[in-house]
Amino acid sequence: MTDVPMTDAPMADVLLRGREITRRWGGLVAVDRVSIELERGSVHAVIGTNGAGKSTLVNILSGEIEPSAGEVELLGQNVTAWPQPRRARAGLGRSYQRTTLFPAFTVFENCRLAAQARTQRPWSWWQAAQGCEASGQAARAAAHRAGLGAMLERPAGLLSHGARRQLEIAMCLATGPEVLLLDEPLAGMGAEETDRMLNLLAELKEGHAILLVEHDMDAVFRIADRITVMVNGAVIASDTPEAVRSSPVVQAAYLGEH
Amino acid sequence: MDKGKLLFVIVAFAALAAYPFVAGKFGVDLVTKIMILAVFALSLELLVGTTGLICFGQAAFFGIGAYATVLLSPESEPASVAWLLPACVLLAALYALAVGALSLRTKGVYFIMVTLAFAQMAYYVVHDTTLAGGTDGIYLNAKPALGAWLDLSKPLVLYAFCLVSLMAVFGFLAVLLRSRFGHALAGIKANEQRMRAAGFSTYPYKLAAFTISGALAGLAGFLFAVKDGYVNPELLSWHQSGAVLIMIILGGLGHLRGALIGAFAFALLQELFKSEAVFGEFARHWLLGMGLTIIVSVALLPRGLVGVPGQLRARLLGARPQREASDD
Repeated sequence: MTDVPMTDAPMADVLLRGREITRRWGGLVAVDRVSIELERGSVHAVIGTNGAGKSTLVNILSGEIEPSAGEVELLGQNVTAWPQPRRARAGLGRSYQRTTLFPAFTVFENCRLAAQARTQRPWSWWQAAQGCEASGQAARAAAHRAGLGAMLERPAGLLSHGARRQLEIAMCLATGPEVLLLDEPLAGMGAEETDRMLNLLAELKEGHAILLVEHDMDAVFRIADRITVMVNGAVIASDTPEAVRSSPVVQAAYLGEH
Repeated sequence: MDKGKLLFVIVAFAALAAYPFVAGKFGVDLVTKIMILAVFALSLELLVGTTGLICFGQAAFFGIGAYATVLLSPESEPASVAWLLPACVLLAALYALAVGALSLRTKGVYFIMVTLAFAQMAYYVVHDTTLAGGTDGIYLNAKPALGAWLDLSKPLVLYAFCLVSLMAVFGFLAVLLRSRFGHALAGIKANEQRMRAAGFSTYPYKLAAFTISGALAGLAGFLFAVKDGYVNPELLSWHQSGAVLIMIILGGLGHLRGALIGAFAFALLQELFKSEAVFGEFARHWLLGMGLTIIVSVALLPRGLVGVPGQLRARLLGARPQREASDD
């Protein structure tokens, strides 16, 4: 396909845009005409009850699932037909709800393998993986940025839960993304680990556009610049945290009467 | 590769090089066969142990390599190894490329069944048609050679050629597993979803591994046909695919040494249970003995024979098992 910009003049700071995204599974509409924009320098949270369609939306934006209708635009290019690896190489990083690491590899090796995808000749069968300077540097920088600089040689399988979630983020960073789609990065974390992760996200906000799917409402309202609320696959509100908190529609449908 | 593993490999290959000086004709013939099986096992290790693709049709590539050796050889004069060997490897690789291109679109148990189905198709082509001798098989009238110095009809020359082939395949795979490509395969085995999210288009990597594996199995088939001077459809049967799978499981998945050790253990156990001198009348039921031994081995040695030192250390010294590493 040709990479034609979908708009005549895409806004410079909107890095990822979903337009009228719909996904049907037979008779079930999992995502119903959802439009969303992720801007550089901001955290856009997506909240909703289980089954609201949040993860399906992330899977569509990252290219893991094809939408039934709608379009996805990454850095001004229509990427709807692009497979996930191509989107990743173009600057779209994502983490998963369930930790997806390489447990036998060290922290450094996990990050280096992630970084390898964007190096020249990642398929080279004669050059030793550990001799690749570019991916080694990217891996070291990503691990340090995610707060794992002191654990580079520790096998991922021996990390604490919080450190594993940090490693998920580090592996995203190692690929050099501009957009981060983070699916419940705080799941299962204690208060201290949550604080550390939120500080990390606040740092990463500079220079990245972040989509955060999360159930921890305190954390969401602390970090998000914008919140989209989904119910039964559809968006019922999308606004600033203050506006969402005071919205009667949201209170009735999701947050409850506080 | 750490020093212990490197030492093991050097000692093993040195012992194999020295073996013909102390062994008789039977011993040389047996170890030649085992080295060929080890090449075959290494080919499958690349798929199962390294990439996590459980192929149940590896015998097809082995059989195609073997049949190509016989069918491409002239009737009455030896073919040149210089073109026959690459041709056999290429044919097996091409079939692997076609099978891989289709079967890698499936996953899990479907992948296992599709690879089995493709192997059975190849089996029935040679079994039920007259293209390649049917059920009777075909003889290789003149074994290939390369000038006067590489006459593969001489047992000791063939032994040396098989040893060099085994060392070359082992060395090639050791380099491959340490490379960027090898690490990508290890990543695909551990978590393909994460690899795609990082930007790896995993399909071409898996297809390349599948094709290389088929080519190496074709090399083993070539050596087998040259050694036996005869091929029949059983070389492509699912029993053969099952046997090579058992070899790498017995030796220890995820380790090149495991494929070597597994091939030796499997073939030597087979010889032991077939021996009337040891088992008398029961030797006729050698498959039963093999089956029971394999079941017990898998139950007691979850990491295969390569894991035995670690298990012993853990039991005797209470030491924790070492971190698994596959880049040997």
